[in-house]
Amino acid sequence: MAKDFRLMGEKEISSIINKMALEVLKSKENIENTAFIGIIKRGDIIAKRVAEIVEKRENLKIPIGKIDINLYRDDLSIIDYHPQVFSTDIGFDLNDKIIYLFDDVFFTGRTIRSALNEIMDFGRPKKIYLYVLINRVSAELPIKPDFSGSDLSIPKNRIVNVKLKEIDSEDEITLVKEDN
Amino acid sequence: MNWSRRHLLSIEELSKDEIDHILENAFSFKEVLLRPIKKVPALRGKTVVNLFFEPSTRTLVSFSLAEKHLSADSVNVSASSSSVKKGETLLDTAKNIESMKTDMVVIRHSSAGAAKFLAERLESNVINAGDGTHEHPTQALLDFMTIKETHKDFRNLKVLILGDILHSRVARSLMWGFMKYKTEVTLCAPPTLMPLYLNDFNVKVEHDIDKAIKDKDVIYILRMQLERQEKGLFPSLREYIKDFSMTYERFQTIRKKSIIMHPGPINRGVELDGTVADSKESVILEQVTNGVAVRMAILYLLNGGKNNE
Repeated sequence: MAKDFRLMGEKEISSIINKMALEVLKSKENIENTAFIGIIKRGDIIAKRVAEIVEKRENLKIPIGKIDINLYRDDLSIIDYHPQVFSTDIGFDLNDKIIYLFDDVFFTGRTIRSALNEIMDFGRPKKIYLYVLINRVSAELPIKPDFSGSDLSIPKNRIVNVKLKEIDSEDEITLVKEDN
Repeated sequence: MNWSRRHLLSIEELSKDEIDHILENAFSFKEVLLRPIKKVPALRGKTVVNLFFEPSTRTLVSFSLAEKHLSADSVNVSASSSSVKKGETLLDTAKNIESMKTDMVVIRHSSAGAAKFLAERLESNVINAGDGTHEHPTQALLDFMTIKETHKDFRNLKVLILGDILHSRVARSLMWGFMKYKTEVTLCAPPTLMPLYLNDFNVKVEHDIDKAIKDKDVIYILRMQLERQEKGLFPSLREYIKDFSMTYERFQTIRKKSIIMHPGPINRGVELDGTVADSKESVILEQVTNGVAVRMAILYLLNGGKNNE
């Protein structure tokens, strides 16, 4: 039986998180006007980890929010079961803020489209950047990440599984073996 | 869990896991109510008909708001302003409305089983918003949600349901739900307002209110349906108040962390003293807020994609 293919472990993931933080620090945007938003369930964890590094370096607090995009999906009238909804939590005013949006895997771009629509219902940010661990380079919409830890060109039916310590007890990214 | 129901007809038919699943979603929907724009596109393009054959303020407004927050289009039909007055049957009314291509029907009716009757005959998802003295499932769900905000563990909970239990569909829905959680439920009412069906339920009965209220975590007071007095079910309002009303004096003897609940509308000074209704122990207005969140969760879950085909 073929095993899942391990793409990254704790070290590699932590290195990407560091790069993300550096990229945020390097940017010409005013860091004091910056806020992070993570897409539930793992983007919010990534946002938190990156924020910790940035906060330490800059000695400031970055507002962090999380969003659940399920109510904004474009396939709600097609899918079998409506997925469980988790609470969105954006406890700050995002008008005119520079937003860094985090997710684990960028795939078709549809999740990001939903996230953007949801964010716009909370206010009008000045700018939104998209940061992801993995970019599967198979967007179906004209959306692409501003930063990705790794680009992965694989067939659409393959699944990339991201595990993060906070909820999965370990840091690991695997390419799930094909089902047949 | 994967939700596969198309209708919400009663609490009796739901499993504990299904109730928990609704409540978990409802807590997330409550957050939507706190947003600057209280609207999400989840039910965009869906049409909901609120068929209310009995008077209602809270439930109808609550469902209407839930539908609007989910971006569904909704229409309200009441018996007094519809062709029901001209003698049209329930099924004909519903079928005619459905022919206008609606997706969901919320029904309140004075006959027990009206929602089930429609669910078996319509293509739409059907939600029971109260059917006679049978059940009022969304009310019980919003009550469970409200209790969960202060008491997470239903297993070690002591609940008192007080008042006109005989005529209360809310009481029935609550009892079915609490039974699934193995919650200790006590009923208190004059013998004439105590139903005969209690054999179905594992509940305690206590006719002395002063004993009943003492050690409870939740005191749920039902509306005294004043129209019943004429039928001779209790001698006088004054006597009812003396023996079964949650007066301020009685309120002072309850447990410190107890909560006071009521499904509304309240008859202030009859089943519940006004000061008690407005006290910090009262979660009555929280119940109303949670009602919108619970109804959003139900509309969202029932309207899943392929299950409707």
